[in-house]
Amino acid sequence: MGKICAVSKTIVKEGKRITVCDETRARLLPVLHEVQGKKGYISDTDMQNIANELGIHPVEVYSVVTFYSFFNLEKKGRHIIRISNCISNIMAGSKNVQREFEKALGIKSGQTTEDGKFTLEAISCIGMCDQAPAIMVDDKLIGKVTSKKVKKILEELS
Amino acid sequence: MTNNKTQRKGPVVFSDIESLSGLKKALELGSDKVVDIIKESKFRGRGGAGFPTGLKWGLAAAENEQEKYVVCNADEGEPGTFKDRVLLTEYPKLLFEGMIIAAFAIGAEKGYLYLRAEYKSFLAELENELAQMRKDNLLGNNILGKEGFNFDIEILLGAGAYICGEETALIESMEGNRGEPRNRPPFPVNTGFNGHPTIVNNVETFAAAVHIISKGAEWFKSIGTKDSTGSKLLSISGDCLKPGVYEVPFGTSIKEILKMVEAKDTKAVQVGGASGTCVPKKQFNRLIAYEDLSTGGSVIIFSNKRNMLEVAKNFLEFFEEESCGQCTPCREGLPVLLEAVDALERGQCSKEYLKDVVNLTETMQIAAKCGLGQSCPNAFVSIINNFKEEYSLAKINKKEKR
Repeated sequence: MGKICAVSKTIVKEGKRITVCDETRARLLPVLHEVQGKKGYISDTDMQNIANELGIHPVEVYSVVTFYSFFNLEKKGRHIIRISNCISNIMAGSKNVQREFEKALGIKSGQTTEDGKFTLEAISCIGMCDQAPAIMVDDKLIGKVTSKKVKKILEELS
Repeated sequence: MTNNKTQRKGPVVFSDIESLSGLKKALELGSDKVVDIIKESKFRGRGGAGFPTGLKWGLAAAENEQEKYVVCNADEGEPGTFKDRVLLTEYPKLLFEGMIIAAFAIGAEKGYLYLRAEYKSFLAELENELAQMRKDNLLGNNILGKEGFNFDIEILLGAGAYICGEETALIESMEGNRGEPRNRPPFPVNTGFNGHPTIVNNVETFAAAVHIISKGAEWFKSIGTKDSTGSKLLSISGDCLKPGVYEVPFGTSIKEILKMVEAKDTKAVQVGGASGTCVPKKQFNRLIAYEDLSTGGSVIIFSNKRNMLEVAKNFLEFFEEESCGQCTPCREGLPVLLEAVDALERGQCSKEYLKDVVNLTETMQIAAKCGLGQSCPNAFVSIINNFKEEYSLAKINKKEKR
């Protein structure tokens, strides 16, 4: 794991203020994002290595990883489809969208396809209620999802 | 993807402004005067809690420490809120200008934008904007030639936790911890990020602050009501023809809003998201204002065909999922409320049991540690009180409750 400076701080050195890389625990989330982004999940070994580098106990890293819903301990699909299930989305038919995806992929929400291509999840509001029903495909926000669009999205990713 | 059909016109944030006029004016006035103007304008935080921004900045400015931080809370996760998405994608420069002004006011050299993971796709564009601002000497050393004014902004990415929108949980998250709220006091203005004075403000707060500095406190106070000066960005969704982000002056009634977005046959309006209040039809004259319906901006409209118990259930499920689990009233209270909604749906909740549950919500409102825990029963309580016709209570012998 290379050193990245995602969090910096200002210190006074020889009367001058300079910005340096923060080597402390504040780097934890950025490092976890890096590992998660590269591998798609954070393994036991990763957590031990990160703990070692930041000088904290692996259990502390574990406690953080499991707190945040965008970090996961097990490998998920290459593409993660997240369906917003806040009330505005439900009113606009997000359950139908979820069923469309479930039917097309042959899995239930929370599962990954056997070929490891797709994971389907239902999550809290993604900030797209004005374009409900909305989904997140990997990092991308997509609004006004129809059954026609479901097919197109899956075709494009396959 | 993130474009709306909405015309961006409004009294404050969406009003016309000359680029950088706020920052230039701030540098001319000096930091004390900037804080004074914000105080004078009676401007309050736009994230939902409504803390007076001038007071917050003044307290941080008064701290005699070298290291201070300006943090922009872009972790909007309240169900039905998406105004920050619009500001982050359409007005990033205005937002960053606001952060620079705040840094100048309190004497900070470092700022962070805490961006929710759901908005990761905006990251590249925001980074580009920051890079351009560094080139233009709007960030870096001696900003715009102001000797000794150094400031830079970094973006930190959240990881999908609603609670991190609470300012102390957000700071915990920035420090690499679980996003569990802290006890307050001490407040972040004296003990914030890594123990240093920190101001945490909402995206909209920074954006509006630029306008206030540029156009003055009197101009700002001429908009809104006496106690709620200025305007509010509303994220409007649900049963209406024109959902989207709208800016309205404080003091606008629910009725006016419904007309504006062309909502028909409206039964109820949820103001303030899952932690807000459910306003029934007979109260549609109520106003968006700190003294009446205080809100972070979420407005969800329900037509006559909607089942309000389902709405309450959706909100409670959301909170059960998002509760950090740290304090007992919130962690243990939410499953009980959910059970009660289930029992109500099945017609198996007695009057006595419902009374017990409502008592429990009061305990939660008083005893929970943070804003989430204190406000999570709000929607449930207002739906139970205002939509009695939507559920029937079981007539069960007191001894065999439920």
